[in-house]
Amino acid sequence: MSAANKDIPLLLEASDVHKSFGGVVALSDGQFRLKAGSVHALCGGNGAGKSTFLNIVMGILQRDAGTVLRNGRPVHFESPGDALDNGISIVEQELSPVPFMTVAENIFLGREPLRAFGRVDFRKMNSEAKILLDKLGFDIAPTDRMMDLPVAKIQLVEIAKALSYNAEIIIMDEPTSALGEAEAEQLFDAISLLKAQGKGVIYVSHRLSEILEIADQYTVFRDGRFIADGETAAITKEDLIHLIVGRTLDDGFPKTNTPTDRVRLSVKGINSDNHVRDVTFDLHEGEVLALYGLMGSGRTEVLDRLFGLTRCRAGQITLDGEPFDPKSPAMAIGKGLAFVTEDRKESGLVLSGSVRDNICLASLPMLSSLTRMKPGVETTASGRMIDLFGIKAATTKMPVSGLSGGNQQKVVLAKWFLTEPGILLLDEPTRGVDVGAKSEIYRIISSFAADGGSVLMISSETDEVLGLADRALVMRDGRLTGELSRSEMSAKSLLHLAA
Amino acid sequence: MTEIPEQKTTQAVPRAKTGASGVTDALQFAQKFGVLIALVLLCIFLTFANEYFLTGRNITNVLRQVSINGILAIGMTFVILTRGIDLSVGSIVALTGLVSASFATTSSVAAVAGGPYPAWLAIGLGLVVGGAVGAISGLFVARYRVPAFVVTLGMLSAARGLALLYAEGRPIPALTDSYRWIGTGEILRIPVPIVIFAIVFLVAWYVLNFTRFGRQVYAVGGNPHAAVVSGINEGRIQFSVYVISGALAGLAGMILAARTGSALPQAGIAYELDAIAAVVIGGTSLMGGIGTVGGTLIGALLIGIVNNGLDLLGVESYYQQIIKGVLIVAAVLLDQSRNKRS
Repeated sequence: MSAANKDIPLLLEASDVHKSFGGVVALSDGQFRLKAGSVHALCGGNGAGKSTFLNIVMGILQRDAGTVLRNGRPVHFESPGDALDNGISIVEQELSPVPFMTVAENIFLGREPLRAFGRVDFRKMNSEAKILLDKLGFDIAPTDRMMDLPVAKIQLVEIAKALSYNAEIIIMDEPTSALGEAEAEQLFDAISLLKAQGKGVIYVSHRLSEILEIADQYTVFRDGRFIADGETAAITKEDLIHLIVGRTLDDGFPKTNTPTDRVRLSVKGINSDNHVRDVTFDLHEGEVLALYGLMGSGRTEVLDRLFGLTRCRAGQITLDGEPFDPKSPAMAIGKGLAFVTEDRKESGLVLSGSVRDNICLASLPMLSSLTRMKPGVETTASGRMIDLFGIKAATTKMPVSGLSGGNQQKVVLAKWFLTEPGILLLDEPTRGVDVGAKSEIYRIISSFAADGGSVLMISSETDEVLGLADRALVMRDGRLTGELSRSEMSAKSLLHLAA
Repeated sequence: MTEIPEQKTTQAVPRAKTGASGVTDALQFAQKFGVLIALVLLCIFLTFANEYFLTGRNITNVLRQVSINGILAIGMTFVILTRGIDLSVGSIVALTGLVSASFATTSSVAAVAGGPYPAWLAIGLGLVVGGAVGAISGLFVARYRVPAFVVTLGMLSAARGLALLYAEGRPIPALTDSYRWIGTGEILRIPVPIVIFAIVFLVAWYVLNFTRFGRQVYAVGGNPHAAVVSGINEGRIQFSVYVISGALAGLAGMILAARTGSALPQAGIAYELDAIAAVVIGGTSLMGGIGTVGGTLIGALLIGIVNNGLDLLGVESYYQQIIKGVLIVAAVLLDQSRNKRS
């Protein structure tokens, strides 16, 4: 692939880049060749090594081995500032605006044009920001406060900021995840402009249609290894999916449940505050139903709605044939629902609390009388769950913050199993969990369904969906785009409906 | 400098477990019980430095002085545990003192028509007024999501104004003897304020450690999001802690009035600061979710004994303020170095 265009200079060339964390290899032979005037997509699933590679290029991490050439010259960036000095800037996925400042102040943060006596030259700053925004075709006034802008425009400002460094290489990590279609088009126009100026864009996105639309080249990483690269014009979406997913599924999934015909939860036409539209499905007894979709597809909002966490409560839900309108989590818990949320640190655990307190958190009414906690019952109950889930904790009273990620996740599961639920809502149940704990969690989920429980599970990991689910619903942009039976499910069919 | 956070945590855990030599054990002990150790050392020092310190009379005196700030600080502990703050307690002290005193005074000018009423009625009314003022703050915090600092700063001003308005800016003197008992009486030769403080402390300790409500307070402060997902009504818990803080401030206000024999509209100015200081010195985190009433008790005692000791040693009262300031910052610094380690 590189032989065809020998005359086009390479802005960045990385080969054999290696990085491991405490014995765990995150990236073993990262390769990447970025040409001037092109958009190069970096593709791969979770744990493929993309982030590690980008962090090395940006100087956030230091590589263990390998070479990185910048304009043919070997480089080693010690810090993000170092990378910036060498013409590499990034638009991060996590936005970090200073809300009270204006657009122009945000763009020139830390390098404001100055006048005599160190006064900021606001006029010059605003006019330069205006020139920049106009050039990019972004309809944003430099004097607007960031706090008054919608998320999509904040994203565009961040992009303008990255470009204002006059970098030659711009890394964009999921830049469209917060954008609507119109804003995404503006972004793509801006990217075309950059290409025309001979700059190089490294583009990371899970949305393959988008990649095929705007990228010129692709590179695929999988399991910390370089897999392939090439011209996007010469590849189909199916082939790209195949490269990203790779191997067929290992049979590491203990599937023991069989769904019955009895409908436990029936959902008709629910909407939610954030762009979930007209979602309808049934959940059966003994079934593991997967809800698959990219970030921002509205999948989490569906679970929020079922658990009484959304303000908007349009649509109808029935539970065992009875109307069910969850107004609060307490009400949902009372009806036998349990919700393992996506981010255990943000909404799953009280990190300052003990293992015992966390396990008992959702069962407090059951474990206490009006005047007191029933003596010893917390310790007994949490001890039972610790044994059941094989949680490795020194004592029940140790703080949950001292546990590993896998054990923390098991504490969250234990918390919900203690409520003796009939319906389990899972949002990315194995995120940030090591392989061993993962298979234990799969076993727990599967045997819960085998005992007659119902599971509605969100997962971005196709392996997990294929290994555990009896059926999969796929969401995109807040709507269901398809339903796949176990025999129809494959990594390709899932991604095809989702991306 | 460029380490990723995950690495840090995985490295820190084994280090803390394996590297525990005698020296680090002692260090950890000092960090965990730092304020308590400081309190004990201070008491030992004062015992030798001043013969009057360790006399029954002086100890009783210290405890009686501590009891009012201690009661306020216990209410404040509930609030701070939920990530809140209650700046209005000093003003509630004045307001409830006056309202309840107006039902228990023999002065014909200040009394409510038909007074004086029985002490139990006046005291019950004071608790209700304090709780009601707390309920208003709690409503704005829990229901309308106004930051607690702002709501209670507003209440600090409003409740003080109400107090001045109610008493027309004048003190209410000549309280009945039965009412004054809560400030000056004794049970088994222990002054009543100390007994009340002890009861409040024990009940608060029980509630925070052995009831569902206590667990919910810690959960809401530790991670409100997780608490809500776990079925806890965050708003109800927040509302409740301001009612508790308000009612306890009312109790403190009545004890103060009863002790001095008259209720003053300017009573309790800046009391909220001493209460917050006791809570913070006692190791409760302003970020919520971490802390104990035991710590608050120690914090309140430390402040009381420092004041008393400096008095006994004849140090100018100006120094007391400087030392209290140093204490607050030092205690939190100690706490943070401990939390960073774990």
